[in-house]
Amino acid sequence: MAKLSKKDVLKLARLARIELEPDEINVYIDEINRILTYVEQLKLVDSKDVIPTNQITGLTNIMRSDVIIDYGYNPRSLFKNVPKVRQHQIQVKRMVEL
Amino acid sequence: MIRHSWQALDKIAASVRRGSVRAIDLTTEALSLIEASSEYNTVILTLKDRALELAEEVDRKVRRGQDPGPLAGVPYIAKDNFLVYGGEARAGSKILNGFVPPYQATAINRLEAAGAICVAKANMDAFAHGASTENSDFGVVKNPYDKTRVPGGSSGGSAAAVALGLVPFALGTDTGGSIRQPSSFCGVFGLKPTYGLISRSGVIAMGSSLDCIGPIANSVADAALVVEVLAGKDPLDATTVDRSKERYVTKPLSLSGLKIGVVKEYVSDGVAADIKQAFDQTVADLEKAGADVCEVSLPSTKLALACYYIICPAEVSSNLSRYDGIRYGYHDASSKNLDDSYLKTRGRGFGKEAKRRIMIGTFVLSSGYYDAYYKKAMTVRTMLIKEFESAFKKIDFLIGPVAPTVAFKIGEKTKNPLDMYLADVLTVPANLAGIPAASVPIGFNEQGLPIGLQLMSAMHSDRNLLGLAMSIEGLS
Repeated sequence: MAKLSKKDVLKLARLARIELEPDEINVYIDEINRILTYVEQLKLVDSKDVIPTNQITGLTNIMRSDVIIDYGYNPRSLFKNVPKVRQHQIQVKRMVEL
Repeated sequence: MIRHSWQALDKIAASVRRGSVRAIDLTTEALSLIEASSEYNTVILTLKDRALELAEEVDRKVRRGQDPGPLAGVPYIAKDNFLVYGGEARAGSKILNGFVPPYQATAINRLEAAGAICVAKANMDAFAHGASTENSDFGVVKNPYDKTRVPGGSSGGSAAAVALGLVPFALGTDTGGSIRQPSSFCGVFGLKPTYGLISRSGVIAMGSSLDCIGPIANSVADAALVVEVLAGKDPLDATTVDRSKERYVTKPLSLSGLKIGVVKEYVSDGVAADIKQAFDQTVADLEKAGADVCEVSLPSTKLALACYYIICPAEVSSNLSRYDGIRYGYHDASSKNLDDSYLKTRGRGFGKEAKRRIMIGTFVLSSGYYDAYYKKAMTVRTMLIKEFESAFKKIDFLIGPVAPTVAFKIGEKTKNPLDMYLADVLTVPANLAGIPAASVPIGFNEQGLPIGLQLMSAMHSDRNLLGLAMSIEGLS
């Protein structure tokens, strides 16, 4: 039985960069523990010699020539979606406190 | 329920190509049907201006004697997670409010080149997380057969729109059953093709090793024509496979002597009596038509859901990390620094289910838990794939129910997320294995709610699967 504590769930939220409202936290503790308990049935399976499946197509090393292909992407239309633009650059909040 | 009925896609296109029907009239008709059915909430955005422009272009080509393509003038609806010119793409989530796609999905480009016209974006569970559309930030879609019930999900808007006859076909995506289950709940045909058959470029990603794009339509033949247009290698999606010689428009398969396996684990006690009855009737019909039906056991299918709910959230946590309010979508302006802006934008922008999956995914991928959860799930995935492979050495197709129940009531499963996850129990194995799978309508229960049959076959046998689906369609 999974037993993630409040501290564990807050740490997960922090790692995932999600701020939780106080009333959400207890709900998530309960739900995440229930879901993890369900998926933990896999622990009973003996699969130690089984190769993990990373992908299913069997395709490897997809190469193409190193040439620019014009897909018609337009920088102006990309900038249209950006919440804050200054001098054709994406503006973000301060990262380092001086 | 209002029910408009459209001709077969090839007939519609033929009339448009002949000039006896105008594309602009078909587009206008679809748009007014959508408007008249707003109570079902199947659509969250119409692309009127762009659609009318494209329709004009099709009509102009016809007048000039040029061929607008095999889907000339056919209106359709795309699930909101497809990037389509002419309006926002939000994947049913308000975190993408205001996002206008700077490029278009390959699937949409191919349909456009074939003359088809995307008229609207279908409602869906936000980021395709769900089995009922109740996780949509734009409200639940109502089932066309009973407005107090869900249409299934996550492509619930697409399936309900086709069932209502708003358009002759719709596009959906299927990561764990999101095309098949709503198709079953709404009484229409839905195909999840082989993984890699249709380009995912320009479709908002959920679980990249599982995501498939496919058609939802009123007939198998219509869906086959759409697959024929969509299938093929795309340099923008390195997981697409080159099957350029394959054709998908096909004829019904002869059932005589066909080896069909009933997956034992799919017809367990967990399946409701009405589903079982319809399923048994179809098995009897198949046998009467000469098919060789036998029981097949795939023991790992019992583990598939647990496996899926590790792999899927792991991939979700990775794919959804890009929604940080910097380059597009919802942005929380109140924050004081960059870190705080990530926390607030994601905390307020994502819905409950997205946050739940991101946190579970973060947990199963975190150092110390990776081997016990994620790597373990990937080995169980291998076991499941091997079981499917050995089954398909002996038999041609596998069948089972699509979902354990018919469409459930709105609100019935929202209190416990695990209950909602269990709605996917019979559909996730095909996604984990990458094999093609479809839902074909086989009838109704006593309350008049639709029931679907699930068909599965080996990787890249999509054409045969469509052939079998046509035969089953002809049984009733």
